[in-house]
Order: sequence, then C-alpha cells, then structure tokens
Amino acid sequence: MKSSKFARKILATALLAGVTATASAQMMINGAGATFPYPIYSKWFDEYAKVDPSVRFNYQSIGSGGGQKQILAQTVDFGASDGPMSNENLAKAPSKLLHIPTVAGADVVAYNLPGNPTLKFDADTIAGIFLGHIKKWNDPKITALNPGVKLPDQEIVVVHRSDGSGTTYIWTDYLSKISPEWKTKVGTNTSVNWPTGIGGKGNEGVAGQIKQTPGALGYVELIYAIQNKMPYAEVKNAAGEFVKPTLESITAALATADIPDDFRFSMTNAPGKDAYPICGATWLLVYEQQKDAAKGKKVVEFLKWAINDGEKMAKDLDYAPLPENVQQRVLKRIDEIKM
Amino acid sequence: MEAATAPAIMRGEPLSAAAAMKRPSRFGDKAFEWLTLAMALTVAVLVILIGWQLWQGSLLAIRKFGFHFLTTSTWDPNAEEFGALPFIYGTLISSLIALLIAVPLSIATAAYLTELAPWWIRQPLASLIEMLAAIPSVILGLWGIFVMIPWLRDYPFPWLKRLFGWTPFFTGPIYGPSMLAGGIIIAVMILPIITSVSREILRSVPDLQREAAYGLGATRWEATRIAVLSYAKKGLFGAVILGLGRALGETMAVTMVIGNTPQIAASLFKPGYTLASVLANEFTEATSDIYLQALFEIGLVLFGVTILVNLLAQLLLRTITTTSATRAVQ
Amino acid sequence: MDTRRSDNHPWRRFKSALASVIAFISAAFVITPLGLVFFYLLVNGASSVNWAFFTKLPAPVGAPGGGMANAIVGSLELLAIAGIIGIPVGVLGGVYLAEYGSARINSILRFLADVLNGVPSITWGVVVYGLVVLRFKGFSAYAGGLALGLIMIPLIVRTTEEVILLVPNGYREASLALGVGRWKTIVHIVMKTASKGIITGILLALARVGGETAPLLFTAFGNRFWNHSLNQPIAALPLQVFTYAISPYDDWHRQAWAGALVLVTGIFCVNVLVRVLTRGRGASVV
Repeated sequence: MKSSKFARKILATALLAGVTATASAQMMINGAGATFPYPIYSKWFDEYAKVDPSVRFNYQSIGSGGGQKQILAQTVDFGASDGPMSNENLAKAPSKLLHIPTVAGADVVAYNLPGNPTLKFDADTIAGIFLGHIKKWNDPKITALNPGVKLPDQEIVVVHRSDGSGTTYIWTDYLSKISPEWKTKVGTNTSVNWPTGIGGKGNEGVAGQIKQTPGALGYVELIYAIQNKMPYAEVKNAAGEFVKPTLESITAALATADIPDDFRFSMTNAPGKDAYPICGATWLLVYEQQKDAAKGKKVVEFLKWAINDGEKMAKDLDYAPLPENVQQRVLKRIDEIKM
Repeated sequence: MEAATAPAIMRGEPLSAAAAMKRPSRFGDKAFEWLTLAMALTVAVLVILIGWQLWQGSLLAIRKFGFHFLTTSTWDPNAEEFGALPFIYGTLISSLIALLIAVPLSIATAAYLTELAPWWIRQPLASLIEMLAAIPSVILGLWGIFVMIPWLRDYPFPWLKRLFGWTPFFTGPIYGPSMLAGGIIIAVMILPIITSVSREILRSVPDLQREAAYGLGATRWEATRIAVLSYAKKGLFGAVILGLGRALGETMAVTMVIGNTPQIAASLFKPGYTLASVLANEFTEATSDIYLQALFEIGLVLFGVTILVNLLAQLLLRTITTTSATRAVQ
Repeated sequence: MDTRRSDNHPWRRFKSALASVIAFISAAFVITPLGLVFFYLLVNGASSVNWAFFTKLPAPVGAPGGGMANAIVGSLELLAIAGIIGIPVGVLGGVYLAEYGSARINSILRFLADVLNGVPSITWGVVVYGLVVLRFKGFSAYAGGLALGLIMIPLIVRTTEEVILLVPNGYREASLALGVGRWKTIVHIVMKTASKGIITGILLALARVGGETAPLLFTAFGNRFWNHSLNQPIAALPLQVFTYAISPYDDWHRQAWAGALVLVTGIFCVNVLVRVLTRGRGASVV
C-alpha cells in the first residue's frame, strides 16, 4: 500500500513536471520588493505583456527590505522599495545601483468617530498624539482646530504599524521633520519604538483595527482609506494651508519637493501651497550595468513604457503619477542603463 | 526489541516445521535499520543546521549586545538598541494561555470522538477537524480582527473583568487586541493538531483494556479514565507537545490580534508581542545590518526558548509517567 | 472496589454522565470557532468561487474575471515535492525511534524533533533561502517544496513514532516467532497495524504546510503566471491569498476568501479521499 502510494505520487509529479516543462519561448524577468505599489505594478506588467508578448514580468511583494536584499544578492532582476536605500546598503551593491521613482502615495490620518466628521490636524497635534502627550479627543489643541465639531471626552486609541513598512517610513520621516522631540526620541525608520498605541499588522490590519475600535486614530495609505470608506483628515502643510490628501495634492508635493540627482529623495512637508505634507514615492532598483544583455534590453524598454504610458494608469488606481518635469529627468536616467 | 531477546529462529537454531522455512535475511534487517537510522538522524542534522544559520546570522548583534539582549526591554531600530525580554515574556504567556485553553478541550474532544460519539459521526467529524489545520494563518488573523475581537470586547472580556477584576490579570481598559486575544487565537490554531493526534492515540488503545475495566464493573467514565486515558498518558503528552510547538512558532494570526506592543504587563487585557511575531513582522522590511542581525538573534532566542520549554516538559513527563516499559504490553 | 458499598453506584453513575456531558460540550467548543471561521470563509468567498477562479490567471485590479488557477496547480506541485521529501524521511525516522536505537539516543532525537516542531515557519524559509536560493541565485519550486518538506519531517516523525509505540508487542513476537524477519515484521505487521495513525500524521502535516505562507516568501517566491520549470518561481495558494488579503481592494479580498475556501476544502477532499482509499487496510487493535 505504501509503495504503491509512493509510486503514484512520483508518477503524478513526473507527469505534471513533464507537462508543464514545455520550453516556453517567453523570457521571465523576476522582481521583488515593496507592497505599496503591488497593485499598480501588477497592472503595468499585465498591460505590458500585451505590448510585448515575448517577456513576462513576475513581481512579488515581499517587502521593501526584502526587495533591497534580493537585488543586492542578485537573485532577482530588479528590486522595488518604498524608502530610498541607505548609504550603508548602497555601498554593498556589487556595481552601481539606480533608483527609478515610479509613483507616489500618501499617509492619511484615519479615525473612528461617530458621525464621521472631517477633522483638521496640524503638525503639532499629530506629533502630540503619537508622542502620547495629547490623550483625549476633546483636548484643547484638537478642538481649537475643529470648531463646530462635537469631540467626545474619550481616550484616543492610537493605532500604528507593527510590521516594518514604507508607510511607517513616510510617517516617521514627516514627524521627524516637524517635531524635534520626535526626531530625538523616536526617529525615522520602517519600524520604530512607538511611544504609545497598539500595533496592527499591515495597512489592512491597521484599517481593520480603526474600523472596529470606537475612538481609534491611526495612519494608513490613502488607497486603503478610500477603499475601506474611512473618514480621514485634512493636514496643515508647510505653507500653512489645510490640504486634503488627494492625488492632485500628492503630485503637487512631488513637483515642489527637492529631488537630487540620484533620485533618493524625501517629499514629506513639501513647500508647495497645494502640497499634502505626508507623502512619499516608491522606487524601482536596477543596476546601471545589466548582467544579461537580452533581459537588460527588455527591462529598459519596460521602464520607458512605464514612464511614458504606465503613468497614465496611475490615477485610476489611486496612485499619484510623477509630474512632467520629474518624468523627463527619470527618462534621461533610464537612458544611462548599459547592457 | 533488543537482539538479545530475539526468538531462537533468528539465532539460526532449527525448529521442527520452521526448519524448512527460509532464513530471514540478515542483510535486509541491517539495511532497514541503517536506513531508518539515517532518516531519524536528519532531525539532528536539521537542528544543527538551523542553529548554525541563526548563529551565523546574529554574530554582530551577539557581540554588540551580549547578555543584555535577554534582559532589556527596549526595541528601537533607530537608536539600534535591541532587547528581547518583552518578546520572551509574550511568547511564554501567550503559549501558556493557549495550552490552558486548548489541552483540556482537545483531549475531552478526542475522548468524545473515540468513546462517546455515534459511530457514523466519528470519522467525518475527525476529518473536519483535521481539515481546519489547513486554514492559512493570515485568514484566521483577519477573522480574528473582524469577528473574534469585537465579540471578545463586548462579551467575555467585560464579564472576566467583572468577576476577576480584583486580580492583577484582568485590570485596565479593554481595547480588544490583547495578550488574552493572542492566547485565544493560538488555542484555536492548535486545537486541530492536539485533537487529531490525541484521537489517534486513544484509538490505538487496545479494546482489551476497556473490556477489562468494564468487566470489573467500571462506569463509562471510570473505564475511560483508568483503562484508556492513563494508558495513553505518554502519547497524549506527546500530542500536547506537538501543540506547544505550534503555539511557540505561530506568527501571522497572533500578530493580528495581540496588539504588537513590546511591554511586560500583568494584565491580560493589555497588548503584548511575541518572538515569532516580531520576527515575521519586521524581517522582510529590515534594511540595516544590525537590525537584521538583531532579528536573527530573536530567532535564535526563540530556538533557545523552545529548547528550554521542551526540556521542562520532559521533566514534567518524568513525574507523570513511570520509567518502565515504553511499549504497549498486551 | 468494595462491593458492599452499593450506595456508591449513583454517585459514580452521575460522575460518568457528567463526564460525558463535559466531553460533548468540549467537542462543541472545539468545533465552534473552527466552524465559525469556515462559515465566514463561505459567506465571504463562496460568491467568488466560479469556473474562472479555477481556470484563469490572476487579473490586475479592476479587471474582472481573474482567478487563481496557477496558484492552485502551484500548491499541488509544491505539496508533491514536499511530500516526496517529508513523508519517507518522517515515517522511516519515526519507525527508527519506535523500533530501534537505545533509550538515550532516542530520547535525544525525540527531543530534537519536538524542538524542530516549534521553529516558526519563517525561520525554515530563511534557512532554505540561505542553503538553496542564494547558492543557485534564484527562487524555485524546488526550494519551496524543500522548505515545506523539512517542516513536515519532525511532525511526521513524532506522530508516526507515537502510534507505532502503541502497537502491542504480541504482534511483533507472533510475527517473529513465525519466522518473518525483523524488517518485514516492522513493515508488514507493525506499520500496517498503525497505518491509520501514520496516515493521520501525514495528512495533518500536509494540511499544515498546505496553508503556510512565510516559508514560501523566500523560496518559491510566487509567480503571476504559469510555472514552466521547477527551477523557476512558482505560485502557491496561501501566497496568493496572503497578497490579496492584505490589499485594499474589495474584489481581491473576496478572491482571498475564495482562495482560502478552496484551500481548506481541497485539503478536506484529500483527507476524505485518502481515508476512503485506506479504509479497512489497517487492522484495528484488539
């Protein structure tokens, strides 16, 4: 009985392997990294398969850290990261590694209050809440910004991310910029030592937590707030305006942010009048010198398509495309990739 | 069975009718023994392999933090200060809660399935329970957030607080995500494995045992307790250890309901954090070297905790079973 | 037992009845959360389980009619590889611990197996990543199957050992007395008697690894498309479910629930199928 079970198993596997091992004429290019852009990248790769049927791009979201590690180890053909690579890591690359920004998103302040009011926050209050100084909803700092909204005498249940993430990177980057106390006490990273609050896993976990807990407040990617139909706040930006997080306000932030030549930039607290202050871009990581000429050619063709045509699809999926001026600079950088 | 007690035929002495039979193959016996030995040794090989990889991956961190890693409570990737104490606490407490809930339920269910349930329901029910071992952790976690936690927050938790709020274990505000919720969801995850294995153990107890007990006038419960449960003690303990293993290493479902706050608090309503959770949560996104090494060290610490807990379990086993024959005697 | 004390009987009968009730309630307590989860899966996912689900590849967001065909096939392939590695090693290892060896060595190996059962699945993934993926500079179905197979080994070793230990010695002695050699006795008599238990252990292990995600992240990697070579990344149902479950889109959520539903039901079918095929094979212990 046992031997025949084994035989059957082996036979089945052999058949399956034989059937599926038909040599495919398609090239497969593997990429790994950030979870934030997964939906738009998968849309791009699907559309591109129609443009060029000879190649298949397989992208898996194993996390920005994973993406950086894999491209450094060269187990994938390109990486993706929600935060720019640190100098320390970049130095480990066997050859020059390029950062190619693709789209941008925003962290919104989502909350759970009766009546779903639209609240206004400024840098001080947000920092105060997340540092644990502001504990209640009807704290004078919050009521001052929101006259006319009935805020309950209830404890704010702060929800943050427990897993490492680009979303947290953007959030803490912003807080570090506008709050010296945050900068020294906590700092900027994909995962930090939170002074207060409970941790939810993933954007999904945080959104779920907020929706289920009355009086909760936390930060999630814009897409999640929209798709989950959660109320989110307007935030005062560096120019003093209260801005609602929208695709336009994100692109406005991109347009006025200071973008250095190697594209490793931070766009939080951008100076523009219409800019939403808490947003960040995501990057593709490719080597300047491609190892495999055939694959390299395909990668370059795809990147060009992504900037020229792919960007147009971003808005439908609630991602902010790069503004024109940045797109031109990126295209020039893509031209520098050698086979 | 040792070779010294093998029957005469194996020693080559002829017997009347059996003398005409073919001698059993010595080579076959030896080869089989070596084969199974090799397979069993893979367990040792794997342990060494994992220990080695974890050690290699955390050398920097070990050198930097030394013993403090086990005694400090700060987990700060930015300041690069890492301490594993709250995670060790969380792992131990959540696993303990899970075992306290799951073990009695599982063994009672296994007893129900083997002794009390109508015969036509036994296998289908058992298969259903086994199937539930396949529920992906992330799905259970999401169910935990959307169904279990709201229910816990509205009914059992306030009730517990009313009854036991005077003890340090059930004080403080009730948010929902908590150590207790983490323990409960681990319990749900390990129920299938402990129940299924216990059922197999109980099923393997020879009927003669039961018959003997009934023959002496025992009631159903007495027969079950004396003839079946105590006979299968060692096996049942093995089933519990299997469940414990799963409990210590459980990640996804726990991290979604435990609150993920590295702190040591007596109250079970407060959020907590486990070794496996922090490893799974931060591993894919850790970018700096020391951060990654600290996470590897968490893996190493978990490995160590698992070894210690299992050692304790073995000691416990010594006290509840005799050291005599490990074989079933008819 | 003192037969003169006949007033003992009602109390003992009451205890027995109480124990039965408690056992029944416990069973209910065990079934309930599991039943609730399954019900939740049904309610949320059943609507997305259609023909397209089983035959189509994943579609991007907004495009209807996507499916998880490649993930289903991928999981089957991974489980097959895992089984080839895990089942023989596990079963034979368990046989050794139950039949041979010395008390000392066996208790050490048993202990080590228990420790392995407590290793979180992400650690297994990282270990196989270091062993296979880095060495061969690529993710593959082999690596994924290996990771899953390794997880199965200690589980199957322990369950096999436990049930074989419970086979009465009389069986072995009778067989040996009839002149059947040692290894044949073990395989044809002992293992056959314990076969139902061994199979339960195997099915439990398969169910366990069938739903695992973490070890596959760094080994099998995942694949949006069909896998054409076991040396390439391959899709798996739990991976796909995970990716969709943590996304923001309702449509993908429903597909995640559907995927989980298919996964759990698939394991159930395998379970039932194997039970039916091996019905009556193992002798019941008398």
